[in-house]
Amino acid sequence: MNDSVIRVRDFRKVYGDVVAVDGISFEVQRGEIFGLLGPNGAGKTSTLESLEGLRSTDGGSLRIMGVDPTRESRKLRNLIGVQLQTSGLPDSMRVDEAMRFFCAYHGIAPNYHLLERLGLSEKMSAQYYTLSAGQQRRLALAVAVAHSPPVVFLDEPTAGLDVPSRNELHDLMRELQTAGTTIILATHDMAEAEKMADRVAILLRGKIAATGTPRELTATGAGLTKVSVCTEGASLSEPNLTFPAVSQQAFKDEYAIYYSTDPGPTVSAIIAHIKAQGDTLIDLRVERPSLEERFLEITGARGDN
Amino acid sequence: MNAFAHHFSFEFRTGIRDKTLLLMNYLFPLGLYGLLGFLMAELNPLFVETMIPAMIIIAILSGTVLSLPNPLVGAREAGIFRSYKINGVPAISILTIPALTTILHMVVVAAIITATAPLFFGAPPPVNWPGFILFFLLTAFAHAGIGMLISVISSSTRAVVLWSQLIFLPSMLIGGLMIPYSMLPGALGKVGLLLPATHAMNAFQGLAQNQVAAFDPLWSVLILLGGGILSFGLANYLFCWDSRNKTRRGHPALALLASLPYVVGVVLL
Repeated sequence: MNDSVIRVRDFRKVYGDVVAVDGISFEVQRGEIFGLLGPNGAGKTSTLESLEGLRSTDGGSLRIMGVDPTRESRKLRNLIGVQLQTSGLPDSMRVDEAMRFFCAYHGIAPNYHLLERLGLSEKMSAQYYTLSAGQQRRLALAVAVAHSPPVVFLDEPTAGLDVPSRNELHDLMRELQTAGTTIILATHDMAEAEKMADRVAILLRGKIAATGTPRELTATGAGLTKVSVCTEGASLSEPNLTFPAVSQQAFKDEYAIYYSTDPGPTVSAIIAHIKAQGDTLIDLRVERPSLEERFLEITGARGDN
Repeated sequence: MNAFAHHFSFEFRTGIRDKTLLLMNYLFPLGLYGLLGFLMAELNPLFVETMIPAMIIIAILSGTVLSLPNPLVGAREAGIFRSYKINGVPAISILTIPALTTILHMVVVAAIITATAPLFFGAPPPVNWPGFILFFLLTAFAHAGIGMLISVISSSTRAVVLWSQLIFLPSMLIGGLMIPYSMLPGALGKVGLLLPATHAMNAFQGLAQNQVAAFDPLWSVLILLGGGILSFGLANYLFCWDSRNKTRRGHPALALLASLPYVVGVVLL
């Protein structure tokens, strides 16, 4: 069933002679986390800001739950929540004030529970500039979702956060998703996109270079799985040693590294060889191709054109 | 409490909480008031006669022209206006509420000066209180409008300093605050008529002190009112959400239209 919350059709954005976004189209379904990836200048920010109603369009159409963000800003403001990459809050604003302030403009009661949920209850009276980077990000997220918008835009939500804060934010994103919230996640962190996004679109020079689930994207690349093996002896150092499905191999530190198109037969053959040589296996790691590698492959290849 | 009240409450508290605003709203004008009160009363006894309006106008200049634009430009540069727009904060509130809260801070400062100057320095208190209130409101309104205009036309916080000083320094020197307008040479007096401070001093003299003003105080009332309305209107028209301040509706030079009532004053007075 088609349950599109966001529809982008042939969207185009131009600044003078520069075409920032060149006729892109995509749809995002209800409850989906959609990753918008791309190098700097790819058109991510223009796309996001136009969807958020901050910029006009130069072609095509944008709809969020049927609302045109460039023309219906009043209707839009209760449909979306936005955590901007920059602070978005005055330095002197206190945590509880921020919640009251933005909830008042959305016509709802302050959602202090959310501040507690995000670990900010001890900081209610603290001014924004006194908060740590992680606390500032959490507060920005709290005010972005306090009015329970059906669509949330997160621009680099975990940039500069420590691991516990990052995990906390990821947990909240999952909770929002479970509650049916649609999330647009713009990030440079490929591991985050791979972990959190149901689908991603990679933008390059104003066009969508690739789109799909992270698994689909990584599968459509060179698709080489990295098999790293460390043994007690030198059984893997023999010259002209080959294993099935291995297209490249290298040695780094104590490890023999094989890039395989089919890791199952490769690993079986390596283990069999080690055993046959009377050697002992110390460590074996199998790493499937990451979204980051696929991203670099796409952006590198297209960037050379 | 509705959104406007929350916004107003936040901005008012910011005027005290923020150290720079606290300095410019209270510490600087009241410190200068104390200093000039003791020094000028000795050096120039005539200063005491106009001390109350002069110190109130200096406080208003400090709070509105010097201090009001900087946080607005800083907020725009930091992308705070974008966040406001997304959350439905109207443009008019972003500009007008800080101006109104600044005027409220100036009410406090003006009350302190008006209450203490007769006691400490023997300054004559206002004779006509409704006239005094009208003088204060018009002066604050006209200067707050200029502060708002500076905030929307300034490309950066550095530019704010330039524009603010362009109003503040001449106001101090030829705005009738230190030297009465009637004692200025002809050409300088004409330049002085371009400044709201000159009209504010003239309005105080005619309306609050029931003295013979340098020119009809009704002209000053109309000019301050006209200048204030034009400044508020143009500031809202030229307001821009964009952090780079590039997508405003008109050219920044349109801000010069706010000087129209003052130019008319130069021609007619």
